[in-house]
Amino acid sequence: MTDTPALLDPARAKQLAAEFGLKPDEYDRVLAILGRTPSLTELGVFSVMWSEHCSYKSSRVWLRELPTKAPWVIQGPGENAGVIDIGEGLAAIFKMESHNHPSFIEPYQGAATGVGGILRDVFTMGARPIANLNALRFGTPDAPRMKRVIDGVVRGIGGYGNCVGVPTVGGEVNFHPAYNGNPLVNAMTVGIAPADRIFLSAAAGVGNPVVYVGSKTGRDGIHGATMASAEFSADSEEKRPTVQIGDPFAEKLLIEACLELMATDAIVAIQDMGAAGLTSSSVEMAGKGGVGIELVLDDVPQRETGMSAYEMMLSESQERMLMVLKPGREAVAEAIFTKWELDFAVIGHITDTGRITIRHKGALEADIPLAPLESEAPLYRRPTAETPKLPVLDAASVADPLGPEAALLKLVGSLDLCSRRWIWDQYDSMVGGQTAKRPGAADAAVVRIEDHSRALAMTTDCTPRYCLADPEAGGAQAVAEAWRNLTAVGAKPLAITDNMNFGNPEKPEIMGQFASAVRGMAAACTALDFPVVSGNVSLYNETEGRAILPTPAIGGVGVLEDVAQAVGLALAPGLDLVLIGETRGWLGQSLWLREIAGQEAGAPPPVDLAAERRNGDFVRGRILAGTVKACHDLSDGGLLVALAEMAMAGDTGATLLPPPAALPAHAHWFGEDQARYLLAVTDGAALLAEAAAAGVPATRIGRSGGEALVLAGGPSISVARLQEAHERTLPALMADG
Amino acid sequence: MKAAIILFPGINRERDMALALARVTGRKPQMLWHRDTALPAGLDLVVLPGGFSYGDYLRCGAMAAQSPIMQAVKAHAARGGHVLGVCNGFQMLTEAGLLPGALLRNASLRFLSMDCQMKVERADTAFTNRFQRGQVFRATMAHGDGNYFADDATLDRLEGEGLVALRYATPQGEVTAAANRNGSARSIAGVLSPNLRVLGLMPHPENQVDPLIDGTDGLPLFESLAENFAAA
Repeated sequence: MTDTPALLDPARAKQLAAEFGLKPDEYDRVLAILGRTPSLTELGVFSVMWSEHCSYKSSRVWLRELPTKAPWVIQGPGENAGVIDIGEGLAAIFKMESHNHPSFIEPYQGAATGVGGILRDVFTMGARPIANLNALRFGTPDAPRMKRVIDGVVRGIGGYGNCVGVPTVGGEVNFHPAYNGNPLVNAMTVGIAPADRIFLSAAAGVGNPVVYVGSKTGRDGIHGATMASAEFSADSEEKRPTVQIGDPFAEKLLIEACLELMATDAIVAIQDMGAAGLTSSSVEMAGKGGVGIELVLDDVPQRETGMSAYEMMLSESQERMLMVLKPGREAVAEAIFTKWELDFAVIGHITDTGRITIRHKGALEADIPLAPLESEAPLYRRPTAETPKLPVLDAASVADPLGPEAALLKLVGSLDLCSRRWIWDQYDSMVGGQTAKRPGAADAAVVRIEDHSRALAMTTDCTPRYCLADPEAGGAQAVAEAWRNLTAVGAKPLAITDNMNFGNPEKPEIMGQFASAVRGMAAACTALDFPVVSGNVSLYNETEGRAILPTPAIGGVGVLEDVAQAVGLALAPGLDLVLIGETRGWLGQSLWLREIAGQEAGAPPPVDLAAERRNGDFVRGRILAGTVKACHDLSDGGLLVALAEMAMAGDTGATLLPPPAALPAHAHWFGEDQARYLLAVTDGAALLAEAAAAGVPATRIGRSGGEALVLAGGPSISVARLQEAHERTLPALMADG
Repeated sequence: MKAAIILFPGINRERDMALALARVTGRKPQMLWHRDTALPAGLDLVVLPGGFSYGDYLRCGAMAAQSPIMQAVKAHAARGGHVLGVCNGFQMLTEAGLLPGALLRNASLRFLSMDCQMKVERADTAFTNRFQRGQVFRATMAHGDGNYFADDATLDRLEGEGLVALRYATPQGEVTAAANRNGSARSIAGVLSPNLRVLGLMPHPENQVDPLIDGTDGLPLFESLAENFAAA
């Protein structure tokens, strides 16, 4: 063995550094840290660890503004996933993560491995995954390749989630031309663990064995993290070899084997090999523990022959975990992984050097001090430019070209509002036997915890068109809508995970969107006691210089003490319909304005966080008191769309009172004012009295029954016609052949 | 009732099945490992659960059908023991030769996760006697390969001998093409062995056993078994 690895030629090293995505000043830092030219493996380690994807170098200064604490937060951002206390000695562990770039290059595998990666982030902390959700953004279906992307992403999410046996219970989908060249695939997993048995990633114990488990390492996904940190161009198809291939069967075995080992006391630390694979897992585990680590790559289980140290360190082969075991527990662990027919190998040990040293075939391949790899990592406060404020649109200035009947039928069949049944019919939402509210049944998915009455409510939300028009209001709205959707099933909202999808941060207007969205989110999280416990940032979502809509997707989790308290949105006959919250007829950036009037204009609806809190707390109180038979929050499409969704879900119509004379009718029916809910109750008068006592605006708008939505003095719109318009869109679009 | 569920690598509805059995018997069933070579003495019911054994990477259920424990399951069936196979478990039963036919890719070539309705064709078996003949009940289906296939002679024999246990139907009990989402031959959802003691079906009645989760449409199947083996 030599004391120095085989170094690259200085000129070649500089050229390779640029190819690997390191900026010239970043490469200078590498030279300063090492005091010499790097080896190929070392250069690979630096470039992936300092990629945007792994280092959050453009976003970290802003993310610090987000509130991350509450009495129920056990673990905030910084670990594999966030952890909250949900009572009865249980913890919910969850996170959302993007797989945008791979899903465009190779839709099925990109989406499938996105699900696999987020599952590992959650079970690596000791949780059994109990639910998957997703947040998807596609381009317009007639854009090149887009139908194939939609089909592949949906098949990929289903193919992976169905096989591992974790129910896919919720999600959201938007369509907009801004995603034509850059769709978004954000996957979220929620798991349950005993609150006192959480596994973390900080390595400890000099001499302790470093153990590799799971699938073998191949040449797939090399430099995937670098690819995910760059803009797209016309040659992106050539990047297909950087996409990983998923094996959900191996993942299922890995879940069971890890949970079985976690029931013993053998594990010191554990982390999945996600982006940047063996590099990030070993560097982060040793770095967090303030120790050193030595790896001997000859012992890494390999799928291909002749792999170099560089290839093994950079591979993003899936379904692999890295663990530090207590001394002498190797045999216990190996027996479990052998039983589950998975690879198990001791590939190194913990040292006290504060360095990562990598050996292969007797040669030293890398020797890097860990502290400066983290402390000297680039951190940018990039220039920001504020999005100019748009004028408030006067509803009276927009003529209604269609009238409520035609507008409603068109809206419920529009891409952003049509039934998602074609998608969720391909996802197993019931496996586990605990899904109380499945997709389409309620504003949030509700999954009971096995052997408990307690249940989790979960949702994903974001309204990107609001975020483009006003990133701060849009950021606040995304958080508020997640909080509202949890509230609408009766759950107490507890915490969120965020998935920040934006364009190129080197452009001031994009960085400005990011900073403003964070500011809005932070305000909403604070006002609603709804902290951020985990998250993921995906930047450079641009193709040929065109950015996506700013999309800070929010994954919210709340708790119900008893699953029997959960309410859905399906309307039943014979109930009073009461609208909670104030209706001002806000048409700016509404779906009605876009789909019916053909404009994307005006300021988006403002978010009054005090009203959100007051109205939501009132609604939740009524649900828990047992007086609410159905509840739905008002969001895209406003009041009449919300009512139509309740009617379609329950096969029940309603007769409506006339709209107030003070507002144009189309603004009343389709305005998107925030902080509103539609409740179906047996005694509307009692609810109005309770609302008045609580200082909450409430209006009786009609009564359920019959087979149509009957507007006062206006049309009668049959529920069957609504259902037909609502259901036909996606199947017609995606018809095979 | 003494029941056991067999765990194969990649199956994933074993917990759902255990909850359903525990609900009617008051105790959790035994969980057996696929590498075991013998069943515990005195078992009334062996269950092959749903999921993706061996990832469905070969034909669904084909690898699991070769597991060491399947010899013991076959011996149990040969002795007149009861066996229930659901979804992937049904596929294993056909691959192991315990039931005729095969499960092909769904006619739509897509994974189907949705409610279906099944009409009870035989209510005089240990699995179904808490149903009425002709009764329709709802269950979750969640499969990519549930399209039951057998040659016409086999299908004629199954129908002639009354071995079709369940058919896909409308909520009103009409057997229609539209109600047969996976394209199964003659809308067959569940098949019995000649001694009526081995049942394979694609949908998951174990997901409809709890009023707080998704109703109790599937409960009579488990109550039938519990009642049949009440003395045991």
